[in-house]
Amino acid sequence: MNPQSAVPESDIAESPVIIRLTDITKSFPGIVANDSISLDIKRGEVHCLLGENGAGKSTLISVLAGLQQPDSGTIEVNGRPTVIGSPNVSMSQGIGVVYQHSALIPSLTVLENLMLSDSDNFWLDKAGATARLHELGELLGAEIDPDMQAGDLGLGQQQQVEIAKAMWKGSEVLILDEPTSMLTPQAIDNLVASVNRLKAEGLAVIFISHKLHEAYAIGDTVTVLRGGKVSGRIDPAEMHAMSEEESKARILEAMFGTNPEAISSDEAEAAGLVVEEQRRQIPADAPVVVQLSDLNTTSRSGEIPITDVNLKIHAGEIVGIAGIDGHGQQHLAEAIAGQLSPTSGAVTLDSKNITKLKVKARQHLGVRYVTDDRLHEGIVGTFSVALNLVLKKVGESPFWKFGRMDKAAVLGEAHQQIADYEIRTPSEQTRAGTLSGGNIQKILLARELSHDPRAVIFHKPTYGLDLKTVYRVRETVRDFARSGGAALLISTDLDELAELSDRIVVISNGRLIGEIPNDGNRVTERVGELMVGSKTDLARTGVAHEHE
Amino acid sequence: MSTSNESLTESSGTKHPQLPGEPGPETLLIETTRKPEKSRLSLALQVLIRTITPVALAIVVAGIIIWTMGIDPLKFYGDVIALGLGGTGWQKTLTMMAPLLIISLGLIISFRAQLWNLGYNGTYLLAAAVVAGTAPDVMQSLPFGVGILVLFVLAFAIGAGLGYLPGLLKAKYGTNEIITSLMISFIAISAANILVKGPFQDHAVTVPQTRVLDLDLMLPYIPGTRIHIGFIIAVVVVVLFHYILTKSSFGLKIDILGASPKAATHAGIDAKKMIIIVFLLSSGMIALAGAIDMLGLWGYMRTNWNPMYGDKILPFVFLARLNPIGSIPLVGFYAVLATGGTIAAQQVGLSVDFLLIIVALILFFMTIIEFMGNRKDLGKSYLPAGLFTRAKK
Amino acid sequence: MIPFFSDAFLTAFVVAALASAIPVMLAAIGETVGEQSGVLNLGIEGLLLIGGYFGFVATIVTGSFWLGFLIGALASIILSSILMALSVLLGLNQIVVGIGITLAGTGVSSVLYDFSYGSSKPRLGLDAPWTIPFLSDIPVIGPSLFAQPGMFYVSMLLALVTSIWLYRTTSGLRLRSAGQKPSSLDAAGGNVAVTRSLAVLFGGAMSGLGGAYLALISAGTFTPGMTHGMGFLAIVIAMLARGRLLWVLLISLIYGLFVAMGTVLQLTSLNIPNDVVTIMPFIAVMIVLTFFARRSALPAALAIPYVRGAR
Repeated sequence: MNPQSAVPESDIAESPVIIRLTDITKSFPGIVANDSISLDIKRGEVHCLLGENGAGKSTLISVLAGLQQPDSGTIEVNGRPTVIGSPNVSMSQGIGVVYQHSALIPSLTVLENLMLSDSDNFWLDKAGATARLHELGELLGAEIDPDMQAGDLGLGQQQQVEIAKAMWKGSEVLILDEPTSMLTPQAIDNLVASVNRLKAEGLAVIFISHKLHEAYAIGDTVTVLRGGKVSGRIDPAEMHAMSEEESKARILEAMFGTNPEAISSDEAEAAGLVVEEQRRQIPADAPVVVQLSDLNTTSRSGEIPITDVNLKIHAGEIVGIAGIDGHGQQHLAEAIAGQLSPTSGAVTLDSKNITKLKVKARQHLGVRYVTDDRLHEGIVGTFSVALNLVLKKVGESPFWKFGRMDKAAVLGEAHQQIADYEIRTPSEQTRAGTLSGGNIQKILLARELSHDPRAVIFHKPTYGLDLKTVYRVRETVRDFARSGGAALLISTDLDELAELSDRIVVISNGRLIGEIPNDGNRVTERVGELMVGSKTDLARTGVAHEHE
Repeated sequence: MSTSNESLTESSGTKHPQLPGEPGPETLLIETTRKPEKSRLSLALQVLIRTITPVALAIVVAGIIIWTMGIDPLKFYGDVIALGLGGTGWQKTLTMMAPLLIISLGLIISFRAQLWNLGYNGTYLLAAAVVAGTAPDVMQSLPFGVGILVLFVLAFAIGAGLGYLPGLLKAKYGTNEIITSLMISFIAISAANILVKGPFQDHAVTVPQTRVLDLDLMLPYIPGTRIHIGFIIAVVVVVLFHYILTKSSFGLKIDILGASPKAATHAGIDAKKMIIIVFLLSSGMIALAGAIDMLGLWGYMRTNWNPMYGDKILPFVFLARLNPIGSIPLVGFYAVLATGGTIAAQQVGLSVDFLLIIVALILFFMTIIEFMGNRKDLGKSYLPAGLFTRAKK
Repeated sequence: MIPFFSDAFLTAFVVAALASAIPVMLAAIGETVGEQSGVLNLGIEGLLLIGGYFGFVATIVTGSFWLGFLIGALASIILSSILMALSVLLGLNQIVVGIGITLAGTGVSSVLYDFSYGSSKPRLGLDAPWTIPFLSDIPVIGPSLFAQPGMFYVSMLLALVTSIWLYRTTSGLRLRSAGQKPSSLDAAGGNVAVTRSLAVLFGGAMSGLGGAYLALISAGTFTPGMTHGMGFLAIVIAMLARGRLLWVLLISLIYGLFVAMGTVLQLTSLNIPNDVVTIMPFIAVMIVLTFFARRSALPAALAIPYVRGAR
């Protein structure tokens, strides 16, 4: 029995269909993103849409939101065939969308963000908007300060504002695109509570995710997409009849293939089905490779700096950094990599003080940084794959001699790395920017982990990648640690941190506020509690920092 | 623009786990975005067409404009060519190319790094004013070669000085360099006028201008011509920098900085230092053009004189796709247009500012062709990818 | 010569300051609206000149100052539609197109002036002032502020109305969101291209009015290149003001005071070149940019073309 279903399954089966999609097809050059997808969304149900990155979920949402037009197929809203030709039509049909990437404008207040949708009002109606926000706040069970700048809200609160925004004009269908990806377990609980309240009010909620346990916990109906097609569907009655394990197995089969035996343990693991066995112990006498002592930075353009950071990373150890996105992770990584000079404090590598050394010198000593901004920081998209593989060695031997490139040496390196890391590229001359995110990440890994790495920072190394690459990247991180390297893993994905790290340090507002050894005892929950415990503190000081 | 492929990759779902060896959608996507194989000849032809079309369209539209004003465009353009190339016209054209080539190089250096150094007018003028004002004394008191060298270095230093502040503000605080370099330009223009009306004024004549430099103290002519050797200096400098910018690791670092300052920092390139160096070099070059023009062609400077070389050369720099050697024929074309056009315009009673209209039209048509190029895969862009999105940062 | 600090002198001083301030203010209002919507219009200089030239011609031909302003605004709207078409609708480089607009405006106005009025060089008469009863009797302030041409009051009204529109109406909020995060406006059912197009045309109209004010009121004639970088100053004023139109007004007035002081300096027996006056505002701006406003907060999406779905 699905514990959180407020409406009995039989009721959902009989409740009216709000949106019916029939044979929706949408292709882009070289790819069919949606391949004759048919779906019914019913009143009072939470309809989970599952599938991994690239299965066609985002395109389907774009079609419903009026941002993309399907090549063929029909959409019926409340029984009437409807062409959703623009976001305006979508909204007027009662469809509200909360996108995975925030649609809030950080420099505007909460109220201004909401009033953006009031296109019928000539004058801004603050009083009316405040009342409506209050009303929606009660419905969602959330309290939101209307005059806060949206950028100063915590992520959970931002999401509540986004939901309020989506429902501003009285939505009947609420679409939540990967709403949990950045949230703490506690914020996820709040979100689930809000969703259940909406469901009880008779709204339909389309809940997009790629995590099985979420689908089981929250969904009445589950539809699985794979390669642009509907590959599996569980209706409420079936859901009711199945145990958690049965439903998960069924979803997994739909996500990855018809033959369950063919699903590799990697994929299952990456989807969060199997929890990896405990990490082996790091010997107590393992030498300290990286040590940060009282490290401080200052903010350049609004990012949160780090304050009094002390951290040791031992040989063979993976230290996880958990925290809400944008809470000093970037400064932490850049201060170690040498891209940012600290205002005070010291960085040592193998007991050698490297605080004064710049990026290049640290690279030569083995400090490497796999950045989270792959596309704009990690590579130069317009340069060839080969050039990107030696991007950090421009002007240095053996690839450059007297200021001129040694083409043979560069190509040789490229061939080697493309083979070693299985980078899928038409040739080493292909522009790196045309490759998929996964292959771009492989370029970064190849570049950073070659030529004697000693300490490597992995910043959100699997964010937005397909499951196969996710598994591969995680394996690479493990291999690096096994070979005696010191790894710092910065991630917003608590499951990933729990799977890979030896211990997890929580960063909040630029400070390291606590540490949880990865002992298998409610690790993600404890990390989440630490993150939440700092929340009020962070909201206050975070504001101060952003206005510096 | 460069992100459009990638956004497709992300949003339309290319990340299925695939069996090795099986061409998945991801490979397909790469295949479709790759240009079909073309012969070198047709590719060269395409580039040529893309370069010439905006210019040709601008000439036609400008012709229609003067036709409505009662001027015969065919005769006018005939005169432009005759005056710009015929007789001694070609020598005047090559003389004019000397400063234009160096200014275009200065622009290319900064644009390759995606820094909008728009201080060219003031930089050129202030250096020209100082060189014109000091040259008579310097050249009389120093041996010829040394004197010329001193004045070149002086001009370069003035330019570098003017480029330093926008560069520093950009590097340190990210202050928008378009604005700062423009402001510096206006300051330098007024400063040049103040100098010519003040300390450098030749009180022997009534019009405010500097003393005239003796002809035998100016840059010598190439034997048998009336083209001063500044033209040769310009070509040598341009070719030299062509190789530095396109072949050396220094040039590559500028390109990396241009593609993404973040990537540059990440790769261990000191982006701040590079931004300042680029500004110093770029503005220094533009100032050097002022020195060459004064020492080679004019020999003195008047007040309120502003040839606006940088504005006029701007479209050709982009048409050359920021390639220094590629800019030589395009700058040559403009020099013919300007040399012949100035006289031809005066003959028919047309303002010389007519050239500005042609230049503006080339800029507009260039962006339109750029747009069609993006849509129809007409080969490479005029502007390096990312010049759009990075402009603000 | 008028004695310093007499009523007549102070009146003339304020009138001169306002005559320089208003054209820049109008252009800066237009640029502000453009920047807030995410379009950096570097063509203001050319738009001022086109507005000035066509306003001048219309007033010469018809004798009406109001028609001069109208035609000036229309001419600049037409020229700015190039920026709208190329940069907003087709998403092409705003800097390149903006420079093109400046060159085109400078070239066209100069060529046409030379062609039509190059030998006659006509001047306009004075526009009859609107004298506000009672207020205009106050010494100094009265004759300088309340006996101005009608367009002066209209300009002030335009500043006020634009400010109210940007910050009190839904369409103003939507315009600002187009400059901050166009994808949000798109998702909220707004049309980014239309919003930005209207902002560009509005900017064109304001620059046209500014240019016409410069020619018809401030100078009483048109001369090619008469703006001398005023359009670029307007861009900087818009940046420094960060969307707040009261600041646009104040900075423009400071600029006007600068110019008026320069004129006073020239009236004295000191032999100071005019360029010392023209250089001052630019130096002032550089000082502000260097020491105070290093990171002027520009709209996040300024000069970035919006393509739905692109990251």
